[in-house]
Amino acid sequence: MASSGNPAKAAIQADGLVRRFGKVTAVDGISFRVEKGEIFGFLGPNGSGKTTVIKMLIGLLPLSAGAAWVEGLDVRVNPEGVRERIGYMSQKFSLYDDLTVAENLQFYGRIYGLPPDRLKRRIDDIIQLNGLAPYLNRLAAHLSGGWKQRLALGCAMLHEPKLLFLDEPTAGIDPVARRQLWDLLFELSGQGITFFVTTHYMDEAERCNHVAYIYYGKLIADGTPEALKQLPDVQPAGTERIEIATPEVTRALRVARKIPGIRSATIFGESIHALVEEHFDLTDLRGKLQSNGIHVTEIRPLTPSLEDVFVELTAKHQSLEETARD
Amino acid sequence: MTNLFRGFGAVFYKEVLHVRRDSATFFFSLLIPLLQMVLLGFGIDTNVRQINTIVYNADGRRESRELIDRLKNSDTFHIIRYAENDRDLTDAIVAGKARVGVKVPVDYSDRLLHHMGAQVLVLIDGSDSSVAGQAINVTTAIGLDESLRRVLTSQNQMAVQMRPKILFNPDSRSPNFFLPGLTAILLLNVTTFLTAFAIVREKEKGTLEQLFVTPVRPFGLLLGKILPYFGIGFFELCLILTSMRFIFRVPIHGSVFLLAFLSMPYIFVSLSLGILISSKAGTQSEAMQLAFLTILPSVFFSGYIFPRETMPWFFRAISYLVPASYFINITRGVILRGAGIQHLWTDALALFAMGIILLVVAARRFQNKAIMP
Repeated sequence: MASSGNPAKAAIQADGLVRRFGKVTAVDGISFRVEKGEIFGFLGPNGSGKTTVIKMLIGLLPLSAGAAWVEGLDVRVNPEGVRERIGYMSQKFSLYDDLTVAENLQFYGRIYGLPPDRLKRRIDDIIQLNGLAPYLNRLAAHLSGGWKQRLALGCAMLHEPKLLFLDEPTAGIDPVARRQLWDLLFELSGQGITFFVTTHYMDEAERCNHVAYIYYGKLIADGTPEALKQLPDVQPAGTERIEIATPEVTRALRVARKIPGIRSATIFGESIHALVEEHFDLTDLRGKLQSNGIHVTEIRPLTPSLEDVFVELTAKHQSLEETARD
Repeated sequence: MTNLFRGFGAVFYKEVLHVRRDSATFFFSLLIPLLQMVLLGFGIDTNVRQINTIVYNADGRRESRELIDRLKNSDTFHIIRYAENDRDLTDAIVAGKARVGVKVPVDYSDRLLHHMGAQVLVLIDGSDSSVAGQAINVTTAIGLDESLRRVLTSQNQMAVQMRPKILFNPDSRSPNFFLPGLTAILLLNVTTFLTAFAIVREKEKGTLEQLFVTPVRPFGLLLGKILPYFGIGFFELCLILTSMRFIFRVPIHGSVFLLAFLSMPYIFVSLSLGILISSKAGTQSEAMQLAFLTILPSVFFSGYIFPRETMPWFFRAISYLVPASYFINITRGVILRGAGIQHLWTDALALFAMGIILLVVAARRFQNKAIMP
């Protein structure tokens, strides 16, 4: 978990970030490293400090302790330089509603001081990339949520930053627009742009090359989605996960929890996810369920999802904190 | 140096777009001061004339009637009716029907004919000090004049004669005195009030946070926001001066160009004040309250209504902090007295310095990013 290596080569390197607001410690000694070109998913419950970390990294909030380098620049020393090299899209739609799409782009381009010919070229590029051409003369207020986010993303990358911070970019937009925005992120990532994305959607987290999970100011997981699924806390030694597909989930769950060898079980739609001991006899399980009058469609081994990972880690962390308090 | 004002051009461009998009609002903010000017200009007369007066003439002979005629002809008093007795006289004043009651005693003519001093009772309602003051002055003057006429024989000249001559505004026309001062108050409508919303609006929308992530510098942001409104404020000033000159026929004795030039620092201060309010306020309604707070000192401590010279020292000190004080000095100076730049440059300089200070204070708030949530 510890960050190491040359901070000049990373897109972001954070070493022991701390931020206090009065007596409250909102961010408590966080360290991580984001390599160039990664899509880094930063996850955690509401109010756990995600936005605070972003604001510290882009120089809007001073660090109470620790150090951070963004695009090779020390945030404490040169926040202005950092802001010129990054793009930021906040949680709200930070556009001017009474300006048109073209005017919003013009404004953000000018504020970065792009010379007129380069500004024109960049605006043309972004219009093409984000598909904004049909809406150029429409007021931003009259765009749908998905198009607003595309415009906001366009405004944030006019000055060709190599690193983009997106704070919940897909909150409140429809699934199709969500999918399209992610396709766009992948396309940009292919061009070498690094993304720092916060989200609550696990399917989005699964698409990142690197995820970290923050829980009330502390980083409790950091790695690729695959590596996190192999964590011993998530998949204790001598256990495996299975999925039991059945139309009668609630009754099946009640029965399954009484069967020895099943450590835990939860409902996922039309099936039950269970953590069982190694070499657990699946045919025997099927027989036990059916003898209780439950029709079993299928039983198959299962790799944990990221959601499983975060649920397990959060539960473990909560119990640790409770024992620490007692 | 250019770095200090970074982002100025972009912010200016954007603010002009906001104004153009919302032209109805700006049309009304230009119109309202003009309407107020028409109402106040026609409705307010600061000269006290035709005070309602009741007279109890207990004497009734020629000498007493002559005295009452003189009161009537002074234009200061308007006799509503004659009282029958003392009670009638005081009742009319208590009821508010008359502001002044004059009682000529029974022995008035007798005493005059016997060259003894005669007394006339003048009751004055003191609830309005300017009316009371005028009533005292005019009745005293009439009394003095009557006495002199009786003491001096017709050949004798009066030993000392005062010949007052009012320079500037010789007819004591109210609009001439009133409107140049009013200009300072009306301009607040399109300066302080408009910029008071300029930043707090972006705070509420969340766009300010986005701006802070760009390399825009505080002075670039503030000046870019102020400059479009400077144009609006200056245009409003021209409208006010034009209607003052041609609707209310207030003659401008000095140079119109000088007046326009010296108005710029005042517009600048008012805009900076609005921007400072906007950077302090958390919400638009808070900004509105704070902007209203600037109006009262501009009306009462600027010399617009009460002369600054007669204020207690404390309020006089405050008046030096009110930008309108300096601007009213400038407008009255140029319009009424025909003053030149040699008389007024200190006022203009004071305004300019105030504007710079306010702007720096506002910019410092952004430097520390203290307004970030």
